[in-house]
Amino acid sequence: MKLTGAQILIKMIKSQGVDTIFGYPGGAVIDIYDELANHPDLRHILVRHEQGAVHSADAYARAKGDVGVSLVTSGPGATNTVTGIASAYLDSVPIVVFTGQVNSALIGNDAFQEVDIVGITRPCTKHNYLVKHVEDLARTIKEAFFIARSGRPGPVLVDLPKDVMTATIEFEEPGEVHIKSYRPTYTPNRKQLTKVVELIKQAKRPLIFAGGGVVLSKSSDEITKLAKRADIPVTASLMGLGTFPASDPLWLGMPGMHGTYRANMSIDSCDLMIAAGVRFDDRVTGRIEKFAPNARIVQIDIDPTSIHKNVSVDCPIVGDCKKSLALLNELLDKEDSAEVLGDKSQWLSQISEWKSTMPLRYDQGGEIIKPQFVIETLHELTQGKAIITTEVGQNQMWTAQYYGFDKPNHFITSGGLGVMGFGLPAAIGAKAACPDKLVIDVAGDGSIQMNIQELSTALEANLPVKIVILNNRYLGMVRQWQDLFYDKRYSSTPMECAPDFVKLAEAYGATGMRASKPSEVKETLEKGLAAEGTVIMEFVVEREELVYPMVPAGGGLTEMLLV
Amino acid sequence: MKDQKHIFSILVDNEPGVLSRIAGLFSGRGYNIDSLSVAQTVESNASRITMETRGDDHIIEQIIKQLHKLINVITVIDLTDKHHIKRELALIKVHAKPEHRAEILRIVDIFRCRVVDVGHEHYTIELSGDEEKLRAIMNLLKPMGIIEMARTGAIALARETATKNSN
Repeated sequence: MKLTGAQILIKMIKSQGVDTIFGYPGGAVIDIYDELANHPDLRHILVRHEQGAVHSADAYARAKGDVGVSLVTSGPGATNTVTGIASAYLDSVPIVVFTGQVNSALIGNDAFQEVDIVGITRPCTKHNYLVKHVEDLARTIKEAFFIARSGRPGPVLVDLPKDVMTATIEFEEPGEVHIKSYRPTYTPNRKQLTKVVELIKQAKRPLIFAGGGVVLSKSSDEITKLAKRADIPVTASLMGLGTFPASDPLWLGMPGMHGTYRANMSIDSCDLMIAAGVRFDDRVTGRIEKFAPNARIVQIDIDPTSIHKNVSVDCPIVGDCKKSLALLNELLDKEDSAEVLGDKSQWLSQISEWKSTMPLRYDQGGEIIKPQFVIETLHELTQGKAIITTEVGQNQMWTAQYYGFDKPNHFITSGGLGVMGFGLPAAIGAKAACPDKLVIDVAGDGSIQMNIQELSTALEANLPVKIVILNNRYLGMVRQWQDLFYDKRYSSTPMECAPDFVKLAEAYGATGMRASKPSEVKETLEKGLAAEGTVIMEFVVEREELVYPMVPAGGGLTEMLLV
Repeated sequence: MKDQKHIFSILVDNEPGVLSRIAGLFSGRGYNIDSLSVAQTVESNASRITMETRGDDHIIEQIIKQLHKLINVITVIDLTDKHHIKRELALIKVHAKPEHRAEILRIVDIFRCRVVDVGHEHYTIELSGDEEKLRAIMNLLKPMGIIEMARTGAIALARETATKNSN
């Protein structure tokens, strides 16, 4: 069967089980778009900016637990994807980004809309390819998907010169992917896990620390089983929220810079930490020498580079979190139940004391809306069942602290790179993946403006999302640092001039609402969430509210500012 | 922990951009490259990179793991603590005034290197050996005036018998 490069591309994308791609056309990919018109079963969502295409693909991948795909043109189309790719790389999200490229004969000649996107994205992709010959195309695409979704997942970019897309060859189905230099270790070392069993039996103050790897490997059930089986309290990084139910008594909340008092105190006091799918980011550890000083640390990760990178580990386990935790549970099942459970009453009562003396708190008195109150009310009204995306900054931290996630894949945020402008395109991607779910972007007035153009994407593609804007007319998180550590010199953080978000929503054809008083919060949310279509709900909140607790940068986890 | 010099033998896919991936990994993560030498191996689809680098145990462990993580890297061998043969090739162009010619040829003879190009005013000497030998001959030739020189950086292979014994 003779096929063009563009036909092979679409065929191979479909053969990977993909039914949705996020993209933006241009000269270098016009042949692909021409072919795409023949495939109504492959949904193309037209974004308004290529950065949005990648964030949407990222969130699609995370909400669905599969690979996200985007397609953009050469030059500026390609460079606009870089922030999205870097974000997916730091959060280990499986996406494949297809970029157009000028004719291969022109590569290197500074042709119109030519850029070395393979060179540019080398440090922020798991792997990338320039396809020089149409004969290599099918195999390369298959490899790209394989690399993106296997091992520690990540973004893969495939650069497609225009002439490769128009060339015709006899299509041959590529064989199984076999890359001799790439064989991720899935199966953990059993002997190491038997050591963990002993450590659990000996531990008086154990702690589980779950991260994004638990979400990616879909091992939330295994983590929960482990915690219940051995009565071990659980904390989870920003990327790991939802892997353990926030409504469970063993839940400690998130640790780190804006972690709960009890989570940070528990890390400081624990004698055993079982870390799964985490990479000990500096926002989690604070000053590294003071992190978990009394603990023996077990670290499970599929990526050997994550182990011993920031924190020295006593018992490293290289393997898939799901397989490792399942085997650990299996080994624990063979042990004497009472011995595994041990007597943790003192440890658990210490934790509840921390919880009761220093809970997360804010004071919703007076006539001004507190942002935390909006998030708590949002949780109450959605019963924690919505998919929540966020922008970056205070809005993100308050959501992490107050929404209370019970399930994985329900909190989608740019954790590692911290991209402002992530939340709206992410919400659109999540809605495309889970059309029956309520999807809400929690935003600040600053970050929502970074990709506001994606409102049109949501409307055109009929992907209704709800946007909650916590408007404090400040770049709040930077202002918070200026407030606490820079003598309140608010250099360039006030944002006095912003659009009227209600009118803005209407201008795009969406619905806009505004609440300015605490008494209006619940009603506005109820109306906005129930309304058809895309809705912006703007909450005029306390301008100077800060995110607490806060561990100042470079401080130990117990050195929290509490109020 | 003290910085230690390490020598790696890295087998990689012989593809465009692979060297850039490795160089980018080192510059992006702030690791040092002291010397680097790359060429195709027996099989045309693989290249061997010999690289000298420095770092404490923690950094060296990360370098090895990060190299392994690159899709195009097939094997990474740290030869530092293994018996290995290490060589470097240098071409040295030195001023050869009539009164120095005999002395230069004596040095060439003692160091078992060769004169590969002769001019009215210069000799070009080809020399292979380890770093110490290169440094020694450079010191001896310096007084005559080294015009220019080119070095390949080290290449190395594990000693076969020694690796078998140590395994």
